[in-house]
Amino acid sequence: MSSVWVDPARPGRDMKSGRGRRSSPREWRWSDRLALSLAWIAGIGLCLIAAAIVLYMGYQGIQYLRPSLLISHPQASTSQSGSGGFLDPLEGTALLTLIGIVLAAPLAVGSAIWISEYGRPGWLARIVESSIEVVAGTPDIVIALFGLVIFQLHLFAAFSFTASTGGVFGQSFIAAGAMMSLIAIPPLFAATRDGLQAIPAHMREAAFALGKTRIATIRRVLLPSVRSNIATGVTLGISRIIGDTAIVVLLLGGTLRIEPQGSVPVVGLLRGTGATLTSYVYDNSPAGESGAPQKAYAAAFLLMIFVLGLNLLVDRIGRSEADSTGLTVAGAVV
Amino acid sequence: MLEQLRKPWSDRRAELSLGAVSLIVAVVVVAMVVFVAIKAWPTLEHNGLSWLGPGGSLEGQISNAYSAPAPAPASAFHLRAWPLVFGTLVTTGVAVALGLVIAVLSSIFIVELAPARLRRIVIPVIRLLASVPSVIYGLIGILVLVPFVGSHLISPGEKNSLQNVVELTGASIGVAIVILTVMITPIMIALICEALISAPNSWREGAIALGVNPVRAMLAVTLKAIRGAIVAAAVLAGARALGEAIMISMVSGSRDFAPRIGDGVTFLFEPVRTLASAIVDYHEGVGAPALKSALYAFALLMLFSALVLSVGGYLIKLPLRRYQTRG
Repeated sequence: MSSVWVDPARPGRDMKSGRGRRSSPREWRWSDRLALSLAWIAGIGLCLIAAAIVLYMGYQGIQYLRPSLLISHPQASTSQSGSGGFLDPLEGTALLTLIGIVLAAPLAVGSAIWISEYGRPGWLARIVESSIEVVAGTPDIVIALFGLVIFQLHLFAAFSFTASTGGVFGQSFIAAGAMMSLIAIPPLFAATRDGLQAIPAHMREAAFALGKTRIATIRRVLLPSVRSNIATGVTLGISRIIGDTAIVVLLLGGTLRIEPQGSVPVVGLLRGTGATLTSYVYDNSPAGESGAPQKAYAAAFLLMIFVLGLNLLVDRIGRSEADSTGLTVAGAVV
Repeated sequence: MLEQLRKPWSDRRAELSLGAVSLIVAVVVVAMVVFVAIKAWPTLEHNGLSWLGPGGSLEGQISNAYSAPAPAPASAFHLRAWPLVFGTLVTTGVAVALGLVIAVLSSIFIVELAPARLRRIVIPVIRLLASVPSVIYGLIGILVLVPFVGSHLISPGEKNSLQNVVELTGASIGVAIVILTVMITPIMIALICEALISAPNSWREGAIALGVNPVRAMLAVTLKAIRGAIVAAAVLAGARALGEAIMISMVSGSRDFAPRIGDGVTFLFEPVRTLASAIVDYHEGVGAPALKSALYAFALLMLFSALVLSVGGYLIKLPLRRYQTRG
């Protein structure tokens, strides 16, 4: 990351070589000195805020997180000690992430390939690209409401369960996972597309010259070389999904435990309701119904560890190739 | 079927199937706008444009909508969403304004001032702040900031002065704005930093050669050159702030109350509800047709604002683009 930052072609950006030529801030105008000190305060202040958040969550998390919490089911209870662990929310997070990524990956990678390698007719390509931008800008709560109206259609009754009065419930792992895939698509699409566009044209030309078709070039030459971009995109998508609360609260039914619908093993699970770590934190905060702040802290700490881990993972996969500051990947902030 | 996939595809077939995959996303987006609009229509039709305006108690109107019998009578759809619109405008606007100042300053810090060692710390920190889930921000807000504000910052006098209007518990617009600012600032920092790095360096060097100090050169030359990126950052962050539901629902008191600017400093301690947090707060009542339509109307307004923001940001950027010679 830092090696890219200091661009050898622009020595003026290098702090060390720039420093010697500077006048002392003491001779500056007062407004410049004010700006200088405010910039330092802002930068250091953000670090302090982040440190406070991490330390506080770490302190509360270590205080309340017990290994037994990870392997015991939640219980309905009025006391914090009797409300069990969060095995079900953990499984819910894993399952939802899996569904979301499995649905999002082919859509996002497929559209990225089509946009960058085919993209005809042009107007259609523009429509597809801007619709992905619209999804990226749509609040998750709106996507959740959209999911609710879609999965309450009788057409999709099979994906959740139908009440005895004939109303379709519309809340299930499939419903939540499908909407989760929508919020995972934009980063995955952008990462793949930017990777493909960064491949020099002579790679394609060489493959064409060898008599390969376009699709064969894509499969044998282009896709293998954007593998790390796709991996980055998937990681970004996963961190979007595990951090999202609104979709879970509206579409996963908010049951304490995972409640399969029907007796068919896997299908029943997918049609069933449950919880995730985020909805568990929400429910156990004073804003929710269960009200066990200690459990909320423990689960939030775990969530924080996951997010930090995914952050590191994105780093390892190769953020440095993509962008100069390491702050954005393919235009998405991570 | 797998066997067939493994055979080499013809180009035509590949292009068509990949195009079909891409179309799915576009169709889903169109379906989203259409379905949300259809569900929102009864409320919008009944109230017209005055839906956006003030009038009566929103709390009463919503409980009316919730308790209306199954084929909802027309009166159940009566709704004036002004408190929510106002809450959304104020929280988003103030958070973006505050965040923009902080973001510009810290971007200058990161790109220009921070020693390399410090920069290696600051950048992961910014990324961390950007990736903390909103529910964790909400948790810290409701368990730490709200009690602190409630017991230390709000004086009994302030509580008494509003006791007939609204209860001041600490869950307030002030806390919501502070956390929202922390949440959206990293987004702006990332975009502004990227632009600062790729801004034409020669302009700044020219200014320095003329004897201007580096900070002034940054403020007067480089920042001006990346105006477009700053606008884009503000717009993106604004869209994010607009849709923040869970965190605001947790820390802002969940009352259908528009904070009154006339109250001075106490304004910051009054509860607020935004369009997004209203959907979270009332989602259990989605079975009632009138309330359901009201919630979808809130969603439609947010969808519309997000669209306007991105189109607006694009249009603002157009005339500014000529200053940008991104390499």
